[in-house]
Amino acid sequence: MSGGLLEVRRLSRRFAAVDALKDVDFTVVAGEVHALIGPNGAGKTTFIHHVSGALRPDHGSVHFAGRDVTGLSMHERVRAGMARSYQITNVFPSLSVRDNAALAVQGRADAGSSFRFWRPVAAETALFGEAESCLAQVGLAGKADAIAGSLSHGEQRALELAMALATRPQLLLLDEPMAGTGPEESARMVELIEDLARHVTILLVEHDMDAVFRLADRISVLVNGQMICTGRPDEVRNDPGVRRAYLGDHL
Amino acid sequence: MTQLILEQALNGLQFGLMLFLLAAGLTLVFGIMDCINLAHGSLYMVGAYFVAAAAQAADSFWVGLGIGVAGAALLGLLLELTLFRRLYQRDHLSQVLATFALILIANEAVRAIWGPAAILLNPPEALAGPVEFSLLGNDFFYPAYRLVIIAVGLLVAALLYLLVAKSRVGMWVRAGAANREMTEALGVNVRALFTAVFVFGAALCALAGGLLGPLLAVQVGMGESVLILAFVVIIIGGIGSIRGALVGALIVGSVDTLGRALLPTLLRATLPADAASTLGPALASILIYLLMAAILFFKPQGLFPARA
Amino acid sequence: MAFYRPTRWQRPLALALLVALAALPFVLEAFDQAFYIGLATRVLIFALAASSLNLVLGFGGMVSLGHAAFFGIGAYVAAICQQAGINEALVAFPAAMAAAGLFALAVGAVSLRTRGVYFIMITLAFAQMVYYLFISARTWGGDDGLPLAGRMTLAGISLAGDRALFFAALAALTAAMVLFARLVDARFGRTLQAIRENETRMEALGYPAFRYRLVAFALGGAFAGLAGALLANLTGLASPNLLQWTQSGTLLVMVIIGGVGTLWGGVVGAALLLGLEEVLVGVTEHWHIILGLLLLAVVLFAPKGVTALFAAKGGGR
Repeated sequence: MSGGLLEVRRLSRRFAAVDALKDVDFTVVAGEVHALIGPNGAGKTTFIHHVSGALRPDHGSVHFAGRDVTGLSMHERVRAGMARSYQITNVFPSLSVRDNAALAVQGRADAGSSFRFWRPVAAETALFGEAESCLAQVGLAGKADAIAGSLSHGEQRALELAMALATRPQLLLLDEPMAGTGPEESARMVELIEDLARHVTILLVEHDMDAVFRLADRISVLVNGQMICTGRPDEVRNDPGVRRAYLGDHL
Repeated sequence: MTQLILEQALNGLQFGLMLFLLAAGLTLVFGIMDCINLAHGSLYMVGAYFVAAAAQAADSFWVGLGIGVAGAALLGLLLELTLFRRLYQRDHLSQVLATFALILIANEAVRAIWGPAAILLNPPEALAGPVEFSLLGNDFFYPAYRLVIIAVGLLVAALLYLLVAKSRVGMWVRAGAANREMTEALGVNVRALFTAVFVFGAALCALAGGLLGPLLAVQVGMGESVLILAFVVIIIGGIGSIRGALVGALIVGSVDTLGRALLPTLLRATLPADAASTLGPALASILIYLLMAAILFFKPQGLFPARA
Repeated sequence: MAFYRPTRWQRPLALALLVALAALPFVLEAFDQAFYIGLATRVLIFALAASSLNLVLGFGGMVSLGHAAFFGIGAYVAAICQQAGINEALVAFPAAMAAAGLFALAVGAVSLRTRGVYFIMITLAFAQMVYYLFISARTWGGDDGLPLAGRMTLAGISLAGDRALFFAALAALTAAMVLFARLVDARFGRTLQAIRENETRMEALGYPAFRYRLVAFALGGAFAGLAGALLANLTGLASPNLLQWTQSGTLLVMVIIGGVGTLWGGVVGAALLLGLEEVLVGVTEHWHIILGLLLLAVVLFAPKGVTALFAAKGGGR
């Protein structure tokens, strides 16, 4: 498979005696929403860590926009156009929502260097304007002044998303954005992701199958560290190997 | 020349083994309780003072050593129960400050009780002289007392190895160093384990202090310089690892001793006298730090890190 | 934690303090207490040193036990400059800052790859290394330190008078505090504080955390060097005691009791500790014990003062 925005080739990683990931081949095509599913413990978050640069593989490589990024650190990959949101909410809880988003905007390569020692950030209206538009995109515009820790769980997940968006990525890695959200918040998140999918390529890790089948252009299934199936939703739904892996789970 | 080298090599071994006694206790406290203890050197100093005072009172080195070590262990117990127990859950900065405060108190208290001058600690009379032995057809002399220190050091190292690698308590200790929460969850009485580890570390400190007392000066502030070396040992060896502490201590002990003895001579042979006399001692004194930096560059977690 | 935000009263209070300090030497001379100008200068110098550590520790979150190395290097470079015939502070002081800052850059480059307990011990070890280097270097005075023949001149004005040196120190501290105040609110300060709170998140937002920490570490070192150069002028000696890790501990104590992570923590802490020292010395020669007990009490019973910064509690300023 060539021409993928993200290409993972033969990625392998062992932790002590356990093969967390084994010879994983994986491609995300530009413009698509590609969902990664699998039973608990399959290695999905570990996989995301390897794509985002938090972990380094024992073997294999990661290619992004035609470039081998396997040796790049996390922040370098972010600068290259990859952004991620976290499964466990990882915002700055005692900063305001606006400040959270502003930090994300400030970190962008085109926002200028942060090695500035004199001008107060509060004076940078452009920065905060941009932050507020990111917040508006995820529906948090009205909560800009609130302290992030005081938001509801679903709102915090939205903030997670806003911060990832603020980096203006080409590829968005969403690690269980729906984790812990109730039905209403889930539905809103799905709409949000649908909206975003129009101009960002998305790699979505999720357990919520309704969301997955609604959003995904393609689905890959990771079981015990190995990729057992990739294809369009209906192909995956009917694949016997996948059904076996999910025996006991809903599909 | 060979007498010099052999003597310095043995000195290095002896120093390294004593450093090991200090580093072992320290690395366990770091590794298991995740507690930084700057006052470890103070335990060494107080231990040496206890031994010296007891030895003078009992007019016997070995009795003094026994009493002194027991006294230091008791002090360690008191400290653990009153202070250190509360520090385990605190952040490193708090631990640094609290143990720094302990150093201030310990140094001043010792000065108040025994005065600022060094106090006397004599080695046992039977060991006061040199031992003669033959190696490769030549005759060498080496102080008997230092040989005994080496013997004690090796014995303790062997005992520690047996304890840590072969006993159940040792298993708990290793488990605790690798993963504290899990060890607790497995039902090990972690509190008692912590206390035992701390007290044991204090006893080792006192043993080292007492044994080195006749060779170095027993005086206020003796703990600080040795503490830094113990830190260097642990950095090189890896936190939480007894094996790392032994390897690190032997490396530091020999590099430091041999470096100080041989480097100035070496430099004088290769550089103009002027440069050599300034560079020699300076370079010798910072040799281990350069070594530490070099090791860290390739292995930031030390040679045998206990934690993943 | 929220971003550090000064209270409304800070700016007027700071200005009032500056005015009061500017008047202090004249007031002391009028009351025939000119002797205390030297003590006041000492407080200013340590306020600068402690504030430089506060940048590293309070704002950067780096528990460095080696800050004394930069302090001492500054003092030695000043003395060495004089030894080499340079008696102008406008040359010697920047030289001291540059030397200390560059050394901090080198130490930071190695140390900042490590975390937690390792970092603390490594900074300690490097500082001790500097200490051993200087005491074994006979050309630089060895054990006794390197004396200064006299005070330097600042832009031609001699610093020999107590008043002159006082104002030089006041100028240095003021300049540093102005820079720190701006820095904290600027992009760099915010980035640094955010990295202190959640480094992984910042890396995930594209910030090279290591670089920011390193710059903060080097800046802190440079300003400690400036303080050292001033101290050498005050005492007439670049003493190896300045390089001992117990000196690092003292600076750390100043920052903590003054309020770590607040803009004025270093200043307040230096004033408190040196003031306390003056008082306690009169009480007993074993005042270190009292200080130690007080410190223990602070750590055990006033935990907020120490840990408030490191526990990510809600509701900041």
